[in-house]
Order: sequence, then structure tokens, then C-alpha cells
Amino acid sequence: MNRLKTSPLALTVIAAAVALAFSIIVTSMVLSISGFNPPSTFQAMIEFGTEPDSVVNTLNRASTYYLAAIAVAIGFRMNLFNIGVDGQYRLAAMLAAAVGGAWALPAGLHQVVIIGTAMLVGAMWAGIAGILKVTRGVSEVISTIMLNFIATGIIAYLLQSDKLGTQVAGSDNIGTKPIAPSGQVAGIPYPGAGLEIFGLIILAVVVGVVFHIVINRTRFGYDLRATGLSSSAAVASGVDARRMVVVAMVLSGAAAGLIGMPQLLGSSHSYGLDFPGGLGFIGIGIALLGRNNPIGIAFAALLWSFLDQSSQILEFNEIPKEIVAITQAAVLLSVVVVYEIVRRLGLRWQQQAVAAELAEGSPAGKEVAA
Amino acid sequence: MSSSTERPVAAAAPAIELRGITKRFPGVVANRDIALTVAAGTVHAIVGENGAGKSTLMKILYGMQKPDEGTISVGGEPVAFGSPADAIARGIGMVHQHFMLADNLTVLENVVLGAERLHGIGAKARRRIEELAERFGVRLDPDRLVEDLGVGDRQRVEILKVLYRGAEILILDEPTAVLVPQEVDELFDNLRELKREGLTVLFISHKLDEVLSVADAITVIRRGSTVSDNVDPRETSARELARLMVGSELPVPELRESTVTDRPVLTLAGLTVKGAGGRPAVDDVSFTIHAGEVLGIAGVEGNGQAELVEAIMGIRSPDGGTIRLGEEEITAWTTRRRRESGIGFIPEDRHRHGLLLESSLWENRMLGHQTRKPNVKGPWIDRSGARADTERIVRDYDVRTPGIDVTAVALSGGNQQKLIVGREMSGEPKFLIASHPTRGVDVGAQAAIWQHLRNARAEGLAVLLISADLDELIGMSDTLRVILRGRIVSEADPTTVTPEQLGSAMTGASPEGES
Repeated sequence: MNRLKTSPLALTVIAAAVALAFSIIVTSMVLSISGFNPPSTFQAMIEFGTEPDSVVNTLNRASTYYLAAIAVAIGFRMNLFNIGVDGQYRLAAMLAAAVGGAWALPAGLHQVVIIGTAMLVGAMWAGIAGILKVTRGVSEVISTIMLNFIATGIIAYLLQSDKLGTQVAGSDNIGTKPIAPSGQVAGIPYPGAGLEIFGLIILAVVVGVVFHIVINRTRFGYDLRATGLSSSAAVASGVDARRMVVVAMVLSGAAAGLIGMPQLLGSSHSYGLDFPGGLGFIGIGIALLGRNNPIGIAFAALLWSFLDQSSQILEFNEIPKEIVAITQAAVLLSVVVVYEIVRRLGLRWQQQAVAAELAEGSPAGKEVAA
Repeated sequence: MSSSTERPVAAAAPAIELRGITKRFPGVVANRDIALTVAAGTVHAIVGENGAGKSTLMKILYGMQKPDEGTISVGGEPVAFGSPADAIARGIGMVHQHFMLADNLTVLENVVLGAERLHGIGAKARRRIEELAERFGVRLDPDRLVEDLGVGDRQRVEILKVLYRGAEILILDEPTAVLVPQEVDELFDNLRELKREGLTVLFISHKLDEVLSVADAITVIRRGSTVSDNVDPRETSARELARLMVGSELPVPELRESTVTDRPVLTLAGLTVKGAGGRPAVDDVSFTIHAGEVLGIAGVEGNGQAELVEAIMGIRSPDGGTIRLGEEEITAWTTRRRRESGIGFIPEDRHRHGLLLESSLWENRMLGHQTRKPNVKGPWIDRSGARADTERIVRDYDVRTPGIDVTAVALSGGNQQKLIVGREMSGEPKFLIASHPTRGVDVGAQAAIWQHLRNARAEGLAVLLISADLDELIGMSDTLRVILRGRIVSEADPTTVTPEQLGSAMTGASPEGES
């Protein structure tokens, strides 16, 4: 009966390890074909990636990746494909930066206002897609993709110097008015590093914990998961599926609003043309890799971020750093396949165990330890 | 693939001979050392309860599955089928339980679809179809659209398809499951005609009266093994077959003394639900179910039963009329509020509406009850409460499972259904919708589910019972209503009505049918 206890988490870890091993093999093959030495390349990446400054960069990037993936995962848990996380966080960061730069509020309140604005904007932007879906039957995939383009347009429009934008001193960059120090979040020093870890990495941890608790331990989370697993069964059980769609999109958007916050309050202090973009799409990949599980996503975000960071050494060795994109793609592709295989194997083991139980003809209801 | 030639009825070699067929699936043996001899030119019935291995055996014979051990001979020659195409080439055809027809094509087009090489798609094909229809007494207009045909005619199209492909051995998988008694009689006339023309028919069923009336020989399968080969129907009885089939007495659906009270629990008044295209799917339906009463709805599937259930559950909003639970009008209530006030629901399709297949049993225990004790405390899930109560259901309702952490999909249909019944009986429901409560479950589970319904009825539960199994409907109901095209067209007294009379009313054939 031991096999029954093969927990989803253990299966996830095994699947991820297999996928990672596979992607390393693929990457090695590509490196060999291109005339590079795989072991020494990997060694160089690991050495560079574990330098203190690299660790700080990895953690900082991972915190934004993590938030992006959680935002996507909220939708995924309900079978909603929120591709609009990208537009949601950019619009949210830009408007939050504008609000934060417009007034100097007391420290504490200032940060809360900025973060609150970001969540609100993200939630509203995603909510549009949710409302379109339940009232007009528009697929959220289509509407969120289009909303991404609209967000890009709105940001470009608002970032003109006669609107919310100002010329950044000493460059061609246009950004929102910088946020006063009362609205900034101090970094956390890391021994031996010249850089600091974003203070709002804490925010990512909090979001992860809240996500886990809400999804797994609350009635609301149960309704959300039930709707994702079988919307017909959820409706029959009394879940208002239309309301759930809107609520899930709004929550996903609110989480998306947080993606830009560690960067905005910790380092940029204004939203300019150079603000990182495309995080929403990376979030989709990381949510897939982490199987929509808050712990899995943490590992996936760290791995992704580490690969991004350590790839920077490759150019010094005259290896194109795009090789890392191959590794990331191979991980993603193989992990989808491996998860499916693992899922089927798990199901088969269970059915065998149940059949064995029936064959014995023993009465049911034996304790299986939780 | 040539056109069929007459085979002498009393051929020396049996049409089909199976020896030592064994088929294993992960964890279970579906067929164990099965022996079967089917004489040419006979109707041979294979009976056994759900899950006994009948379907697996037929899939082996039709080339859809390969046996792990054993031999198959057709007309005395050993064969090995790799796919249904091989079986068809040997003159074996299969009529599936679920029809595989294109609704928007005509009978002719459906028959030639996929077999265009035989006689083309034009006049030659038409001649061939008319010839077959004439010879085997399968009356069908080749130019009618399949969507306009009734269930019995659709089945004849399926049979014609098989004949057109030159089959001399027909396998019919539970052909009567979807038919009302009159249609069953017509089907049996067709089968006798086929036999007269020298064809061999393999007929799978678990309805013993039917088997006795049409078969020349009967093979009984229990738990994957043949327990009785080539029984002569003249020398046996339904009782004896049932004993062979389940190894014990067959359970009978019946209620004992009446527990009906005068306290109305569910009252529908003029309930109307519009279906697709604006036509009412449920049309002005009114009835009252009292505490301790089981009201049965008889009707051919698709006559508004599903819409009626969805309207009562609040999944679909009615276009007219009212629904009252006890004294309160609940017409505008949400599904959740209805469930919280004591409506239980055993859905027709348990996979779509009753279970989260990939979730554990204890999480499935919560489904539909996720706002109530013992599953939640305020906004929080009460894991230990839900788990403990799931253990209780597993124990009291005899759900065969190694534990409550297995996923629902790993259980057999009967055990899934027992879990659902146990769940819906929890929390002291006042009113229960039981939609096909014993469909696709084995005899043991069926008897248990009936017993639970009887017990709950005795304690004052009001039940709306919908079933395609007329024996169940008559045996388990205190009152019967017949639904046809969304309207309640007649009432019947379950103590006196016969399945034949009910069948007539269901198809609108009886004189007092249309009101």
C-alpha cells in the first residue's frame, strides 16, 4: 500500500529532475556539435553563477519571476489561461510608479499606496477579460492577448513628457517621476556582494504562502480547484462558475500587479522605457515547470533565474548565451511530457492497488496515514 | 470482402469457437480461461453482470483487444485478429451499444460511409441496401436523415451497416439497453429473421427475460470465467440464470409498506424550461413529492428529464412556474442555497457532475457539501472532519477502496456510485434527486443502493427517481409519472402497471397517452 502514498509533491520532484537531466543532455549535445566542451562550459556557468553578485541578481530576478508565475498559476488552477499577466503588470507598475512619484507620503503608507495601486490596476485590467468571458463568452486567451497590446499602447501614450512622463536627467530615457525615498524599500545586504537583495523579496514569499493557504485550506480555494478540475461537477455542487471566473481573473491580475514592485521600489524608483518587460510570458513557463505548486514554482523560478544569470559568462568564453534558451526550452518541453507520464503511472499504480484490495475481498476503510 | 455467400445452417464446424481465452489488465484478470462455442445459424446469448468481462470478450472477438492466451476459431479455422478490419474480413460485425452514426447524413450515406469500395455510393449501393433490407426484413427508407430516426431505427441502421460489410456473424453489445419493450420486440423479430437467413448472432445482455425469449443457447460469465456454457433456454429459468450470474439471488427492486405522508416536500407548479431553439424542454410540469415518497419519472431519454433535474437543482433557470421546498419558494435560489437547505443530488452522469475524478475520495466527499459541517469550519476546510466522515461513508456504504487518499478515478463505477450515494445521504437531506442511481453498477452495489434509498424513505426522505430501468422504476416508486416531450402525459400506479404498459406510455403509443 506504500505506492499509494506516492505524493504529488514527490512525483513533481522526480519529474522535474528527469526533465532537468534531459535538458542538460540536450544542451550538452548542442554544445558538442557547436564545438564547445560541455563540462567546462557548465563549470564556468556554475562558478560565475555562485559568485555573490550573481547570487543577488539571481534572487532578485527570481522574486519577480516567482510573482509572475503565481499570477499565472492562480488562473491555471481554474483552467483559465491568463496570458495577459504581461500587460497587467506593466500597466500596474507604470500607474503605481506615477502615483508613487506624484505625492510624498509618510514612509509605510507610501509603499502601501503604491503596492495597493498596482494590485488594483492589475486586478481591473484582468477583470475586463473575466467579465468579457462570462458575459460575452470571449475566450480569455484571446482577450488577454489583445489587452496586452492595448496596455502597451496606453503606456506609450501616458509616458509622454506632457502626460505622466518626464525626461530622465542625463539620458534619452523617459520615465515617471521618481518615487521619493519615503516610498522606496531598502535592500538586504548579502555578504561579499556589491549589490543588495530586493527588500520586497519578502513580498514574494508572503504571496507564495498566502497562495498555498488559500488554495489548499479554504472553502474558496476548494471551489476554485473544483471548478478547474471539472466545471460541470463544480456547478452541480453549487459553485457559481461565472462568478468564479471573474474572481479568479481579478486575483490573478492583482498578483500580476505585484510583479513589478520589487524592481520599482527596490531599484528603479520610476517606470521608464527600460523597465523589464516580458516577465508575464516567462511566468507562464515557470508556472508550468513548477506545476502550479507554490514550492515547485519557487524552485522553477530560481532555476530559470540562475540560468539567465550564469549564461552571462558564456559570452566571455565566446559561446553564444542563447544556448541557455535551448536549455530552458528543453526543460519546459520535457517537463510537460514527463509530468503526463508520471501522472499516468501514478493512476495505474492506484488502480492496481484498488484492484488488489478488491481481489482480497477485504473490507474497506483501512487507515491510510495522511 | 466479397459479397456474402449462403452458408449451410447445419455446418459441421461451429461459427465461433473460443478456447482458453485469458486477458489480463493491470491488476485484474478480465477474462480467465474462457471457453465458448457458438453454433452457426443460432442466436447465442452471453449473460453476466456489469464488469463480468462480457465486453472484453467481445472486443477480443472483434479484434479490438488481443488475448494474452487462448485460441479463436471462426468456421473451424484458427484466426488471429490484429484489428477490427481483420474481423470484418472474416465476416464478423459488431453493433456497439452507443451508436456511431452521422446525424446529418441519410441512412444510405451512413451505411456506405467507410465501405465505399464495396459497391460505390450510387445506384449500385442503393440496390444492395434494398436487397439486404428485403432479405433480412430490416425496413428502412434509405433517404431519410438519421437525425429524424428513433432509437430503434438507428439501431437497425447500425445492423444494416454491419450486414452491408458482409458480416455473417453479428455481435450485439447490450442492444436492448436503450430500447423500450416494444422496440425490443421489433429487434428480436429482426434477429430471428437474420437467423432464418443463416446468420449467427452473438447477443450480450444482462436482462434475463429477454435472453430467454430470443436465444437458442446461453453462456453465463461471472468474474471473467464461464460458469455455464451452452445452456438450453428451454431447460432453465431467469432465477437459475441469475444465480449462475451473480452466485446468489438476484436483488429485486421493491418497496415494502408505504411510508408516504401528507407533508409536501417538493412542489413544482407549471415548471417550464426552454431548451435549445426555444422549444420547451420541460413544459408546464406540476407535481408534489411528499415526505417518505418516491416519485418515479418514466420516459425515453431526452424527453426533458435532464432539464427538469437541472431546473430543480438551480443549474438552469426556469422560464416559468415555481419550485417550492417545504413551505418556501426556492425558484430563484442558487444551487448552493438549495443544497444547503437539504436537497441531495445523485447525478445521471457521475463523471461529469458527481465527481472530481483526479481528486482524493475525501475531497470528493466535500463536493456539493463544501459549505457545511463536517467539511468546513467557517471559511476553512476541516481536513480531519472531512476525512473522518469519509471513513464513515466508506465503512457504512461499503466503498471498496484501500483508503480515502486514492483518487476517485481509481475506483470502479459501482464504488464511485456508492461514495456519491453515501455523500448525498449525509447531512440529513429532505429531498433527493436520484437520476439513474444504479446505472452501470454491479448487482451487489445495486442492491445496496436500493436498500439505502428504502431506509432513507422510511425516515421521511422525499425522492425524485429517474431511471431507464423500468423494473427499478416500477419497483422503487410510490407514484409514477410519464414524461414525453417535456410534458407529464400520464400517471401510473406502480403496484399494477407492467413494463409494457409503461413503455407504451413513454413512446406516446397508449390511448390515454397524450392528455
